[in-house]
Amino acid sequence: MVNAMVSTKPETPGNAAQVQPQPALERKAETRDLHFYYGSFHALKNINLTLYDKQVTALIGPSGCGKSTYLRCFNRMHDLYPGNKYEGQIRLYPDDTNLLGREVDPIEVRMRISMVFQKANPFPKTIYENVAYGLRVRGVSKRSLLDDKVEEALRGAALWDEVKSRLGELAFNLSGGQQQRLCIARALATDPEILLFDEPTSALDPIATASIEELITDLKSKVTILIVTHNMQQAARVSDFTAYMYLGELIEFGVTDTIFIKPKHRQTEDYITGRFG
Amino acid sequence: MIASRKRWDLVFAIIGMLALGIGVLAFAALFIDMLIKGAPVLSLDFFTSFPSRRASQAGILSAWVGSTLVMLVTAIAAVPLGIGAGVYLEEYGARNWFTDLIEINVTNLAGVPSIVYGLLALGLFVYQFGLGQSVLAAGLTLALLILPVVIVATREAIRSIPVGIREGAYALGATKWQVTADHILPYSTPGILTGVIIGLARAIGETAPIITIGALTFIAFLPPAPIESTFPYVSFDWLMAPFTVMPIQMFNWTSRPEAAFQANAAAAGLVLVVMTLSMNALAIYIRYRLRKNIKW
Repeated sequence: MVNAMVSTKPETPGNAAQVQPQPALERKAETRDLHFYYGSFHALKNINLTLYDKQVTALIGPSGCGKSTYLRCFNRMHDLYPGNKYEGQIRLYPDDTNLLGREVDPIEVRMRISMVFQKANPFPKTIYENVAYGLRVRGVSKRSLLDDKVEEALRGAALWDEVKSRLGELAFNLSGGQQQRLCIARALATDPEILLFDEPTSALDPIATASIEELITDLKSKVTILIVTHNMQQAARVSDFTAYMYLGELIEFGVTDTIFIKPKHRQTEDYITGRFG
Repeated sequence: MIASRKRWDLVFAIIGMLALGIGVLAFAALFIDMLIKGAPVLSLDFFTSFPSRRASQAGILSAWVGSTLVMLVTAIAAVPLGIGAGVYLEEYGARNWFTDLIEINVTNLAGVPSIVYGLLALGLFVYQFGLGQSVLAAGLTLALLILPVVIVATREAIRSIPVGIREGAYALGATKWQVTADHILPYSTPGILTGVIIGLARAIGETAPIITIGALTFIAFLPPAPIESTFPYVSFDWLMAPFTVMPIQMFNWTSRPEAAFQANAAAAGLVLVVMTLSMNALAIYIRYRLRKNIKW
C-alpha cells in the first residue's frame, strides 16, 4: 500500500493530475486530454493521468462520475456500441502506442489489456475452457501449452488448489468468489500488461472480498492494475495511487496515502470522509 | 380493509382459471371426439396402406411419408436461413433505418396469411423456377412460412444471453466471429431449436399453401427412395416427386359422403395431433436438457 519511494510535489491549482514520482517508477500508460462522449453526452472531460508500471491505481468517486467509463476506455470496450466517441489519447508504454488511435484495432488493444468485470461472468463452459479461452482466441491449440498456461493462470489467481481436481467441471459450480477468481485467471492467462478491475468485489461477501484484495496485492508484482471501486477502504487497502473523479472530471490524483490523509481539494476530502457521495 | 383488497386476488384467480379452462377444455373435447371416432380405425395397416376408394382399406402411407419429406426440406431450408438472418440482425447489422425496415418486415411476415405464401410459391417456385408440384416446392413454401418464426426465436435467444458474457469474450480479444461461433450460437441453441420445432409443428398442419401449389389429394405411390442399391447410392429424385400431406389427406376424406371415411379422417387427425404434440414435447425436452448447463 504505502509506497515509500514515491513522494508528491505541491501541485499548482487547476492542474490536479500532475504527480512527480521518483525515477524508480516507470510510467505504463499516460492519458492525455481524454474526452469521451456517449452520443451527445459528454461523459469524460479532459482527463490527464499516468498509470505507473506494476502499481495499483484506484479510481474512486460517486456513482455516475465516469470512473467505469474511463476504465472501459483502456480496452476500447466502448467500441462495441454505436454512437460512442473518444477524443485525446491513452499512450501505452514502452512502445508508445495510442490505445485510442483510429489505426489501432480494438482487438489488438484487448490482447494487451485484460479486464475483470463487476459481476463474475464465467462462460457456461468448463473451468479449463474458461481459462484457456483467451489463448484459444489467439490460435493456441497445443494441449501441453494450454495445460501449462491454464495451471499458471489458476495459480496466479490463487484458485489452483481448489479446482485442480475438477478442471472439467462447469464453471457455474464454483462459488461466487471462486467464479470471480476464475475470471481473474482467465484475464491473466493471456499475460496482459494492464489488468482492469471494474468493482470486482461489489457482488461478493466480505471473506471473498478479502481474498480478491489479497490477490490484487499479489498480482502487482506482475502486472499494472487499474481498479474502479466505490469502497473507499478498499481503495486505501489495495492501491498505491488514487484518482478521485466527479461528474466526468478528474478532481485529484496522487499517492493513495496523501489522498486519504491530506487531500488537496475540499471535495475529495468531503467524499473520502463520507460527508458527500 | 386487507380482506376487501384481497378479494380482487380471488376474482382475478377465478377469471384466469376460467380463461385457461375454456382453452384446455376446447382442445380436450376436440381430441376426445377424434379419439372416439378415429381410434377403432388405427392399426398398423392404416399406416402402411395407400388411400383407397374403399374406406376400410384406405391408409395414410403416402400422406405421412409426404409430410415427413416436406418437413425435411422445410427444416433444411429454414434453419440456416433463419439463424443466419437472426444472427446478422442481432450481432452484425448496424442500427440504422435499413435494419429497422427489415425488422418491421420480418415481424409483419409472421402475420401474413399462409394462403398468400401459397400464391407466392405458386408463381415463384412452381412456375418461375419450374419446380412443379413437387416435394421441393412444398418444402420451400413452408420454409418461407416459418422463416419469421425461426428468425424471431433466434433473436430472442441471442438477446437472452447476458451482456456480461459477450463483453467477457470481447475483452479477451475475440473477434466478432469468434464471439458468435464460440458463445452466441452455442448458448442460444436451446432457444433456436425450440423456435425451429414450434415452427415445424405449425408447418406440418398447414393446408392452404400446399393446396395452392397443387398437392395431389389422391396419391397411391411413394416418392422415389432417397437411397439406392446402385451407384451413386443416393438419389434426389424424391425432391421433384408429386406428393400429398397429412392435412390434405384429412381434408379429402372429410369431404367424402360415406361415414366410414369420416372415421378415417378422425384417425388421420389423431395421428397429426400426436405428431404435433410430440414435436412440441421434443422442443420442451431439448430446451430442458440444454438449459441445464446454462444458468444466468
